[in-house]
Amino acid sequence: MNPLVKVKNFVFGTGRMAFLGGSPVYYGWLLFLLILICQGLLAYSHQFQLGLISTGLRDSVSWGFYIGNFTFLVGVAAAAVLLVIPAYLYNWKPIREVVIFGEMLAVAAIVMCLLFVCVDMGRPDRFWHLFPIIGHMHLPSSIMAWDACVLNVYLIINLFVASYLIYCAYNGKKYNPKIVVPLVILSIPMAVSIHTVTAFLYNGMASRPYWNSAILAPRFIASAFCSGPALLLILFQILRKVSDFDIKDEAIQKVAEYMAYAMVLNLFLYGAEVFKEYYSNTHHLVHYKYLFSGLHGQTSPIAVYAWMSLAFAVIALVIFLIPKLRMTPMTMNIGCVLIYFSVYIEKGIALIIPGYTPDTLGQVYRYVPSMTEVRVAMGVFGIGFLIFTLMVKVSVAILFSPDRKVAHA
Amino acid sequence: MNDPTDISPAAAEPQELGTSRREFIIGTFYALAAAALASGCAADQLALDEFVQKHFKDLTPDELKKTIARMEKKYWEEYGANIKINATPPIPGVLYGYALDLSRCIGCRRCVYGCIEENNQSRNPSTPWITVLEMDKEGGVDLANADAFYDHEQVPAPGKFYMPVACQHCENPPCVKVCPVEATWKEPDGIVVIDYNWCIGCRCCITACPYGARHFNWSTPIIPKDQINTNTEYLGNRPRPRGVVEKCTWCIHRVRKGQYPKCVEVCPVGARKFGNLLDPESEIRYILENKRVLILKEELNTQPKFFYYYGL
Ligand code: SF4
Ligand code: SF4
Repeated sequence: MNPLVKVKNFVFGTGRMAFLGGSPVYYGWLLFLLILICQGLLAYSHQFQLGLISTGLRDSVSWGFYIGNFTFLVGVAAAAVLLVIPAYLYNWKPIREVVIFGEMLAVAAIVMCLLFVCVDMGRPDRFWHLFPIIGHMHLPSSIMAWDACVLNVYLIINLFVASYLIYCAYNGKKYNPKIVVPLVILSIPMAVSIHTVTAFLYNGMASRPYWNSAILAPRFIASAFCSGPALLLILFQILRKVSDFDIKDEAIQKVAEYMAYAMVLNLFLYGAEVFKEYYSNTHHLVHYKYLFSGLHGQTSPIAVYAWMSLAFAVIALVIFLIPKLRMTPMTMNIGCVLIYFSVYIEKGIALIIPGYTPDTLGQVYRYVPSMTEVRVAMGVFGIGFLIFTLMVKVSVAILFSPDRKVAHA
Repeated sequence: MNDPTDISPAAAEPQELGTSRREFIIGTFYALAAAALASGCAADQLALDEFVQKHFKDLTPDELKKTIARMEKKYWEEYGANIKINATPPIPGVLYGYALDLSRCIGCRRCVYGCIEENNQSRNPSTPWITVLEMDKEGGVDLANADAFYDHEQVPAPGKFYMPVACQHCENPPCVKVCPVEATWKEPDGIVVIDYNWCIGCRCCITACPYGARHFNWSTPIIPKDQINTNTEYLGNRPRPRGVVEKCTWCIHRVRKGQYPKCVEVCPVGARKFGNLLDPESEIRYILENKRVLILKEELNTQPKFFYYYGL
């Protein structure tokens, strides 16, 4: 068959799989995501007309909720792929499926990351200034420029591997390991690098002592190893219920065990940071004071979240440290949800905002995201989840459905 | 492989390397972008030209002229004012430096207001380039207890002293380092400038600046028509669009013509001194050599060319 025809069949076939033959719950979910996206678009058009004045951001706190979400999602994208390592080491049976779902999650997460950067830009119309050749990429000195590079390369690798594997499965061929294996192996250091470079983005700012700490990048990696697998574990259990995806209990248990180590490391590094700040008690402590309580007699609007995040992390750690609790699906899932939200709050709120409060001249601007920001963020999540849902639907149909031949007959 | 009919791009491509190839790609891009946009909004030639506008440093003298003409026309439409944009080059052998006498400053904010008018800053919302901090004489320079929003009937308030802060024109500017698109850089005369038509509004530089010197146009700047300063500089005080960063340029449109910055001129107590650091006879050199000088956040190695001193 002509390869072009093959690709065309693949595109139409997968398109049909994505939208046909779902359960009412599936269509309900799609509808919900569409509503999320539409309200997000409305909110963004409002922001586009008025400018970023429609956000809660100001000169004092010039990055906020958008960039916080961006940072969190880079972690999810990185961890999703790093799960490939134990999958190979222990030779879990549906290894191809673990790779595919991990990479799809990474793709969806990176798309959301890029969208969050775009909605945060003052001049999204000038995005092309960041391109090589036609623009001016400020390399090697700008970490932001590096971040744009690694994120895009990572997106391309994962998108390619995932679609190639699906494409081969669709045509009933075996994939060519000479293509796949090197790329999967390459995606592992890439996963580490996207999160490290993102950490360096903050870490390298000597003007902001709150971030100017050498363990910021290790903390990013540790926390990503908590939140990313949490998401995948829940996904695997759902897929196991609704499809023939038969990941073994042992595999899930192994991931949970790794998460327990990651949680210990995450809290340990966090504790090291907190110790350094409080014991040395320099002027730089103000940022932690703003994080945990408040300044000048006023409670900070983020303190409650900071404590929530900490409490969630501790409870999740207890659950994951006790083997009996970790092995009971019910408690394990509670632990997964808790640690996921703990890291979400930590990256989304507790990382960015205190870095800016008080600002470099000691002034306190009590930033809270505006309604527009929250709505745009929900829209971006809507897009990411939609992409992920459609990809999972297609791959489940191709990988596990016995009658999939019908689709491209 | 060795198919004689193979006309791969590599075979068809002219054997030229380097700039010509780069230019070819850029040219193609501009043509494509132009075509794509033209089909959508053929009427709005201005918007199209603005979209494909190059980096300031990449403009040929001819392109620069055309760009300036286009901008002046746009400003005329927007503000009804005959704004003149210059692209004055730096004066050779000059490295500017600034000194501010903390023992004289009375916190009247005349420099702030003078700067706003001189540099076409937005009146609403207003994010002035100069921030005057009020601190306790007892506490010394202590930013953690500084107040930027003081509001007294009379200044100086008892027991207080004042520290105006704006861009320090660092010799080692972290804002320049972090910009992902090189929209901001240090000129040969030491002034740190921004190309408002290249900045993508990512605000990395705001985050990197240790002096709160950079300000973002969160919404479209509003300047009353009758208060526009029509004498402007491309890299200086021409009106800025929404969504880009701006900051003090030491009145680049004045100093490159041998005038003092506006703030130096309006300060009622003569607390502000400006001059050429390379000229051993200059007043600024005298101050640096003979007074007690303070560099803000010296430990960060930004190497400001803005010095605080105690003149009394
Ligand atoms: S004071 Fe801030 S804006 Fe000015 S050169 Fe230094 S880092 Fe850049
Ligand atoms: S806001 Fe503009 S000048 Fe500042 S770092 Fe971003 S692109 Fe560069």
